[in-house]
Amino acid sequence: MKSVVCVKLVPSSDAKVVVEDGQVTWGDAPQVINPWDEYAVETAVRQQETLGGDVTVVSIGGENARDALKHALAMGCTQAILIADPALAGADSLSTARVLAAAIRKVGDVDAAFFGRQAIDGDVGVTAAQTARLLGWPSLTLVSTISQLDPGAKMIRVERSVEEGRQIVEGKLPAVVSVVKDIGEPRYPSFMGIRKASKADIPTWRLSDLGLQAPEPLVTWPEMINPPKREILTEIITGNSPQEIAEKLVDRILEEKVL
Amino acid sequence: MADKVWVYIDHSDGKAYPSSWEALGAGLILAEDLGGGVTAVVAGAKVKDVAEQAIQHGADEVLVAEDALLADYRAEAYASTLSQLAKQNQPEAILFPTTTRGREIAAMAAVDLNAGVMPDAVGLEVKNGGVEVTRPVYAGKLLSKAVSKARPQMITLRVRAYAAPEPDASRSGKITPVSISLNEAELPTKVIGYNQAEAGVSLTDAGVIVSGGRGVSNNPSLTPPAGMDEKQAEIWRAQQGFKMIGELAEVLGAAVGASRAAVDAGYIPYEHQVGQTGKVVAPNLYIACGISGAIQHQAGMRTSKMIVAINKDPEAPVFKMARFGVVGDLHTIVPALTEAFRKRLGR
Ligand SMILES: Cc1cc2nc3c(=O)[nH]c(=O)nc-3n(C[C@H](O)[C@H](O)[C@H](O)COP(=O)(O)OP(=O)(O)OC[C@H]3O[C@@H](n4cnc5c(N)ncnc54)[C@H](O)[C@@H]3O)c2cc1C
Ligand SMILES: Nc1ncnc2c1ncn2[C@@H]1O[C@H](COP(=O)(O)O)[C@@H](O)[C@H]1O
Repeated sequence: MKSVVCVKLVPSSDAKVVVEDGQVTWGDAPQVINPWDEYAVETAVRQQETLGGDVTVVSIGGENARDALKHALAMGCTQAILIADPALAGADSLSTARVLAAAIRKVGDVDAAFFGRQAIDGDVGVTAAQTARLLGWPSLTLVSTISQLDPGAKMIRVERSVEEGRQIVEGKLPAVVSVVKDIGEPRYPSFMGIRKASKADIPTWRLSDLGLQAPEPLVTWPEMINPPKREILTEIITGNSPQEIAEKLVDRILEEKVL
Repeated sequence: MADKVWVYIDHSDGKAYPSSWEALGAGLILAEDLGGGVTAVVAGAKVKDVAEQAIQHGADEVLVAEDALLADYRAEAYASTLSQLAKQNQPEAILFPTTTRGREIAAMAAVDLNAGVMPDAVGLEVKNGGVEVTRPVYAGKLLSKAVSKARPQMITLRVRAYAAPEPDASRSGKITPVSISLNEAELPTKVIGYNQAEAGVSLTDAGVIVSGGRGVSNNPSLTPPAGMDEKQAEIWRAQQGFKMIGELAEVLGAAVGASRAAVDAGYIPYEHQVGQTGKVVAPNLYIACGISGAIQHQAGMRTSKMIVAINKDPEAPVFKMARFGVVGDLHTIVPALTEAFRKRLGR
């Protein structure tokens, strides 16, 4: 079993993100591996533990994306590759997917590529499906369970978490799989894992290593803004008994006609 | 087939999602500025009814792609269907509801069409002949404007961001069956079956949501059945608490939500989780019971029209976002609230 897992470095979920002088900033909040991608790493590592083989973790980003890669290595990935190129600044999802597809091809003989459901910075959630489309592989998104994965027979069976419940789907390998939380909680990196990761040699691939030209993004972001402040006047409802409080609260809710 | 604005109508087994009509509503607004009417696209095995409904909801024309290979939703087949139609007709923009399918079909068709995708739009504005999309990023901490220089512009609309037009049974429009070429041998997946979700109101479409957090288990006055260890007793208490929350939800015709702490502790399935790593919701009324209001929870509910918080800690951050707050024990307030609503609403 040979797999690739794609991870992104993002500001931590509790960061206070604001626009200051037209620039997005999050103060001194740390950047971490995208939380959804930890589930993807966990999935890839578990498959490797049962089926053998190796897991290559890749990230497109700046030098600091090495932190996300090291976290994934510490969780048990075999090797890591950083894809860094100044020409990738401002890449949109389709450009990102093209680079990831090329990287997956370059790793070679991959049975499955694992993705998170979405990156919590741009909240786009399309990269996995686009990468699958580019590779011509089945797109198995929002997977909550992998019930069968057989690299020998080149087949995979999963449950996908969709609006009407769980869709059970079978696909041919190689496939792209994006995972959701039900797949299983990501492990904490072990002490040994952290030590190994800190010593790992992480090569950098440029666009030229992938045989790609500088992408021309189709989607651009002309402006980021702070959401309009909602002035919320909080009214605390008090009373002598739960009944009295409840009746007052119901009156006030009905007055504002939200129902 | 000449309309510039297309709307993809998502459905499950011939039942359209309400958010598809919201997308149609957004399409009608967009068409006022871009000119022309709105063409709806409906794909599936048997979808004539959905097509009729699309006309009633304001579509001028409906392209109906019926094919046995579309009986089950498969991303590849649906994306190919849409991209074939778009290649023939060259729309300016294709709108989708942000359902799991809408997002995925938009993503994959965009690859075929070399187009840009802008998911989760909450605002659309026509500028220089193109659509400038407003979409939340960083879990709604910021809003981003986005534009695509390629055509068609692929835009998914956040659920409840636009109003669905009132259906008008007397409206007429053109229903155009279209033929597409799909080939089973080229489809890399097979749908084996479904494990149905539990019935109930869908969280994302809900107009009212009652949510419970870790506080739901904090009811020392309940005595759990004998023989339970501490963890089992906690879950048992929480389940009693969620029953109570369910009763309030029932009176309000509401969906039941939960915080991650409640889900992680095993009180309620993940399907109910609201927040950054759960569902993003925007009901008219969100009642948070025993939820502290962590930033990741806020990410899923901050755009609710009205938030009501019930929490015993007056310092809980959730009160900062609430229009109305009650400082007290949810186990006494919630049943009283259920009773009071029942009386006032006559239910
Ligand atoms: C990457 C990441 C993603 C996350 N994603 C999500 C997400 O999607 N959704 C989410 O919700 N969280 C998410 N979290 C977790 C989040 O940070 C909080 O831990 C979580 O929301 C807390 O849930 P809670 O409010 O139920 O619990 P607590 O914070 O423990 O709050 C419980 C509240 O109940 C009150 N209470 C207790 N007993 C009673 C009583 N009897 N009556 C009234 N009030 C009572 C307490 O005063 C307290 O305010 C995420 C965290 C991370 C790091
Ligand atoms: N820069 C990146 N480097 C590596 N993987 C990425 C990158 N951006 C997105 N991904 C992968 O694609 C998934 C979805 O991202 P997005 O479509 O941006 O929300 C993420 O969870 C990652 O698995």
